[in-house]
Amino acid sequence: MNYEDFLTDIALGDERFIIMTAENRAAIRNINKSLGNRFIDTGITEQTLIGSSAGLALRGRIPIVHALACFLTMRAFEFIRTDIGIGELPVKLIAAVPGFLSEANGPTHQAVEDISLMRAIPAMCIFCPADLQDLLIGLKDVLLSPKPFYIRFNQSESHILHSNNFEIGKAELLSEGKDLTILTYGILLNEAFEAAKILSEKNISVRLVNLRTLKPIDEEIILSSVSKTPLLVTLEDHFLTGGLFSIVAELLLKNKVTANVLPIALENKWFKPALYRDLLVNEGFTGRQIAEKILYKLDMI
Amino acid sequence: MAIYNRYDMENVKHEILKKRALSAREQVIRMATDGGCFLGASLSCIDLIVYLYSEFLKIDMNTIDSIERDYFFLSKGHDVPALYATLSDLGFFEKQRLLNHLKTNDYIYWHPNKMIPGVEFHSGSLGHLISVAIGVALDIKIRLMNNKVVVLLGDGELNEGSVWEALLVANAYKLDNLLLVIDRNQFQANMKTESLIPLEPLESKFEAFGLEVYSIDGHNFQEIDETFQGLSFNSKRPTVIIADTIRGKGLPSIEEKADRWFCNFSHKEIENLIDELYGKTLKTELTSEKLIVR
Repeated sequence: MNYEDFLTDIALGDERFIIMTAENRAAIRNINKSLGNRFIDTGITEQTLIGSSAGLALRGRIPIVHALACFLTMRAFEFIRTDIGIGELPVKLIAAVPGFLSEANGPTHQAVEDISLMRAIPAMCIFCPADLQDLLIGLKDVLLSPKPFYIRFNQSESHILHSNNFEIGKAELLSEGKDLTILTYGILLNEAFEAAKILSEKNISVRLVNLRTLKPIDEEIILSSVSKTPLLVTLEDHFLTGGLFSIVAELLLKNKVTANVLPIALENKWFKPALYRDLLVNEGFTGRQIAEKILYKLDMI
Repeated sequence: MAIYNRYDMENVKHEILKKRALSAREQVIRMATDGGCFLGASLSCIDLIVYLYSEFLKIDMNTIDSIERDYFFLSKGHDVPALYATLSDLGFFEKQRLLNHLKTNDYIYWHPNKMIPGVEFHSGSLGHLISVAIGVALDIKIRLMNNKVVVLLGDGELNEGSVWEALLVANAYKLDNLLLVIDRNQFQANMKTESLIPLEPLESKFEAFGLEVYSIDGHNFQEIDETFQGLSFNSKRPTVIIADTIRGKGLPSIEEKADRWFCNFSHKEIENLIDELYGKTLKTELTSEKLIVR
């Protein structure tokens, strides 16, 4: 099943759902045919899209809003923060092509500060599925949650068999390991998986964690990873500031825990635009490159 | 024996509205001390708010949560003293509660929020509530209902691009259940609109955006009443009423004075201003420090 079919089914079964977009129809080309006037396209108007989603939520609806991650979170940030955030309204923000998924678009289209922005809104929750399968496993709970949600939309092909046990605030533990833990979210899980495979060939065992929701975050799995493995790796297609590395650093400090942490993220720069595989290589985010970084770090500790 | 014709009845209605607005103005002036409020801006739109709640909107304490109620959104949130005064006068909450203005034990602060019964949504950041109102209006259309959605905006607020973006969408969806009222007091925070970012010709701007446009005297209840009662709400387009108003209306000492937007007066000055409101004095000496916040 693809995202659009899943969304169509859930929306047809529950009158509360309204599917909205700021003319970003890439993932929802046909849904208007089934939903009639419960599909609303506001045109290239992210602010009005968000404001009107708040109005629909005031009337008891659950708007599922589609726009490009960068314009959604930045052009409409104050509307998200003020109308949805202060109002604590159950609007679901489907953020298309976040992080590296913007590929060759260039920095105007790169949402690599979106986690940082969204988690600064008190009521907002964040779901970052690793692929289509992971998205569909979590989506129903996310859509039916009474909270506003930011969904780092990712419907890439699944290479990993995911656990069907989804709970908001609970990570998915993909493998136990004793030498290091990789904490990651979104599309880079594939590269983390590849890195773990390469490392295991060198008899290094990796505890691999797919965080799924970054807010609320699974604090327990992060803290237990510190006691179970001598190194934490945070891997993300996001700026180093404000994303997973920041979340982990805050959590450890709050709990008076110290740890060896290797952050792999974008350090104060946008990435060089290119097709997905090429940009991974160029930025040093392929499974092999990640494994090399980890080996280098392990040598130092 | 008195014989009342329709004309007399209308006159009586307008006299009642005038009286209610006068009393609401007094309440508003009483908020302009011990921290103050946006007095000038509140006094320009207060006749419109009193009219809307008294005669136009289908909403009262019993229908406050009804899906069939009309909606009122105060997009220029800093005018909220006018709304507080009107809502308390109509029994949405105890008048006594106005004494809690700016106190930490209540939620009666410089901008509206939903903790106050009758307030539909928080505002304060300009250019938001047309969009929110569009969402409500769309839902009403989806449900094939007839509630009306009214948004009060400031003229300075029309500087915000999000206003015009929202108008494009309201027009596209033919939201004839949406009514915008512009408090055209000719001022933005510190400046005359026409000397900073000119809005004129405003009527033709709205017409070009596909709205049905009316211009009225925003302090004349007869004109307000005739215009609002004459609206059809089935023209397949949103409506806008540009209400010409006077900032600080009712207090000649502050009327149309650029530096009397936010006011924080002494208790003595407040009593003098209330005398001025009721015509007992002509002018009030005002010495308080002026504070401009937004």
